[in-house]
Amino acid sequence: MIKEIKIIQHNGKQFIPDLTTAEVPYPFRGRPEISYENVDEKALQNSCPLAAISVKPVVINLAKCNFCGECALRFPEKVKFTNDHRLATNKIENLLVKEGETHKIELDQSVIEKKIKTAFGRSLKLRQVSAGGDNSCEFELNACGNANFDMGRYGIEFVASPRHADGVVVTGPISENMAEALKITWEAVPSPKLFILCGVDAISGGIFTDSKALNRSLLKNVKVDLYIPGNPPHPLTIINGLLSLIK
Amino acid sequence: MVSENKKYPVLNNNGSVGTEEIPVLDYEDFSTEVVNLLQKKENHCVTYFAYHQNNGLKFIIGIANDVSHHIFVLSHFLLESKPQKLDSLTPKINALHIFEREIHENHGVDFPGHPWLKPVRFAHNRANKNLKVNDYPFYTIESDELHEVGVGPVHAGIIEPGHFRFICNGENVLHLEIQLGWQHRGVEQTMLEKQTLIQRNMVAESIAGDTTVGHSIAFARLMESLAGLGPKTQLEVERAVALELERIAVHTADISALCTDVAYNLGANIFGILRTLIINFTQSWCGNRLGKSMIRVGGTNYPFTNETRVRLLQTLAKYENQFVELAHLTYRLPSVENRFDDIGTITEQQALQIGAVGMVARMANVLRDIRATHPSPAFEKYNYSPVVLPKGDVFSRFLLRRKEIKQSIAWLREVMDNEDFLFPSEAPKTEITLKPLRLAISLEEGWRGEICHTALTDKDGKLACYKIKDPSMHNWKALELSLRNLEISDFPINNKSYNLSYCGFDL
Repeated sequence: MIKEIKIIQHNGKQFIPDLTTAEVPYPFRGRPEISYENVDEKALQNSCPLAAISVKPVVINLAKCNFCGECALRFPEKVKFTNDHRLATNKIENLLVKEGETHKIELDQSVIEKKIKTAFGRSLKLRQVSAGGDNSCEFELNACGNANFDMGRYGIEFVASPRHADGVVVTGPISENMAEALKITWEAVPSPKLFILCGVDAISGGIFTDSKALNRSLLKNVKVDLYIPGNPPHPLTIINGLLSLIK
Repeated sequence: MVSENKKYPVLNNNGSVGTEEIPVLDYEDFSTEVVNLLQKKENHCVTYFAYHQNNGLKFIIGIANDVSHHIFVLSHFLLESKPQKLDSLTPKINALHIFEREIHENHGVDFPGHPWLKPVRFAHNRANKNLKVNDYPFYTIESDELHEVGVGPVHAGIIEPGHFRFICNGENVLHLEIQLGWQHRGVEQTMLEKQTLIQRNMVAESIAGDTTVGHSIAFARLMESLAGLGPKTQLEVERAVALELERIAVHTADISALCTDVAYNLGANIFGILRTLIINFTQSWCGNRLGKSMIRVGGTNYPFTNETRVRLLQTLAKYENQFVELAHLTYRLPSVENRFDDIGTITEQQALQIGAVGMVARMANVLRDIRATHPSPAFEKYNYSPVVLPKGDVFSRFLLRRKEIKQSIAWLREVMDNEDFLFPSEAPKTEITLKPLRLAISLEEGWRGEICHTALTDKDGKLACYKIKDPSMHNWKALELSLRNLEISDFPINNKSYNLSYCGFDL
């Protein structure tokens, strides 16, 4: 017993007291900012392996960006990744970062139904489905529940059955082989329910966008309640995104 | 270099050979050579695949010799016009079972004599598209006393999908069969279709997120080998440092997960936060907790400096103090030990039979560790002594992780004491020219075990084939065998004790 107490004492309190104000130190790559600097736009566009950059004006689409930082490495005067980890939103247009813009990425609160806040504000149970995920978003979703981040303090937890869940968190580009299982899981969740896409692969297919092994047809019929960009998203991105949705 | 009988070229790890220099053997000759080689304990198959070439299928097998540190490459060609049928080698060399199944699934080649010619991953470009992922032909036993339990593909928890089918007699599991393929994203095909180096690098990073560093190192070395870029020792050392950090982080998380499964909360929580120390260090080095964007071809964007060295040593000291103290307690707890001891045992013979690699081999008394048997330049400069345990049960897998963490920390300290990181490694190459008509093989010891990437170029220097083998390809069989005659409630701790990759297998 004494040994156990000593271990607890030696490790100290490692939980992050306030997740809403916590920062991630550089060189973490969060929300990018694009200056008005003149650069070879064609080359800038080509520097992106995921075709997330469009020009005139220069825009980075965070739905496609996997935060590799290649553009910022080649055009440091044009693109800079800040350490702002608050990236989640419920409107896909909010993921377009235009040149000159420095405002934060936020949720459009006006489109969130009131019952979502009242029903899930203090208790949100989620079912996670990995549909071709590479186990990195899953890794960070697991980390959300550990003693550092302790998402459970807000009443947010992952549950085993879709019947017990208030929503589904999808990771991965949605493989053909998982498409049906994902659909069945989604249909098994009672309403009102949330559909959350976690990670660049889930949002746009990521590097696998053009792969013939995917089947993303479910997304045509489902309203997405939250997009969480990143490859994988940092636990703080995930938790703060969920909190803005339900609080 | 070629073999004495001139039937196959002999490569070193990360070496390459002209595709024209690989003699094309007829199947009889090919089988005899392969069986002769694989019957020796020091040899094992690292990759075996087929790809379309002109008017038929070209077969390539890579066999690694752990004593001479060589890789033998044998080849065979099957004309389209001939019957697509080859005698199976699996009855003689059991470890080839999964490779023959894969060739059968992808190209429709029949292997008479194969005892278990079932689909592997329902790849999108498979030969028989009528066979759907829900049609997997499970093994069944007719009896009124037995029942089946099916679990998955969606599991209880944040975990990747797979389907597990148990045949049980009461609580006892007679047989477990695992069906995978749900995660199939077309990784190998995407690798060929993406044209730029950075895109391909990104595909390699996405093979298995928890082995980002391991897989991307194998990719980077393969590209460097095909482009004729010689290894740079300091860069190789930096990569190996990242590789060992990945190993320490995931091993720690696995120990934490095993503690969770036996309801040992102190271990579950504190091993969990210890992992955070390591992955946060990786983030402070390259900006990503899993090491994505760290490994690039020909150089790095995040050089390891003396300042990084100081921080790494501080992190390791902090980690080690707390890890040792907690491990000292955890590994002696009767409640933990009792649950793990003598359960889910794999014998040395079984491990050899299924061709187990990495941790699964080493916990069953089989020394297979690329860092020692086919070392990359970093492990040639700073030798690593592998940990091997004799027993093969859950406790061995639990213990192996603790010992490997200790060994990795010692290795990292040796590097930090002796390597001076005075000059930052250069920036990565954005474009490279691959030599035409070459084959290269790259092996690396990821935390799960042996990762093997193989690539071939065509006459224009374009990628003609890119083959990835995650260690889980061999090792899933071990989990199936472990479960025999255990209670079904022993499945979770067995599964966690292996922590095999779904996405690395499904590709």
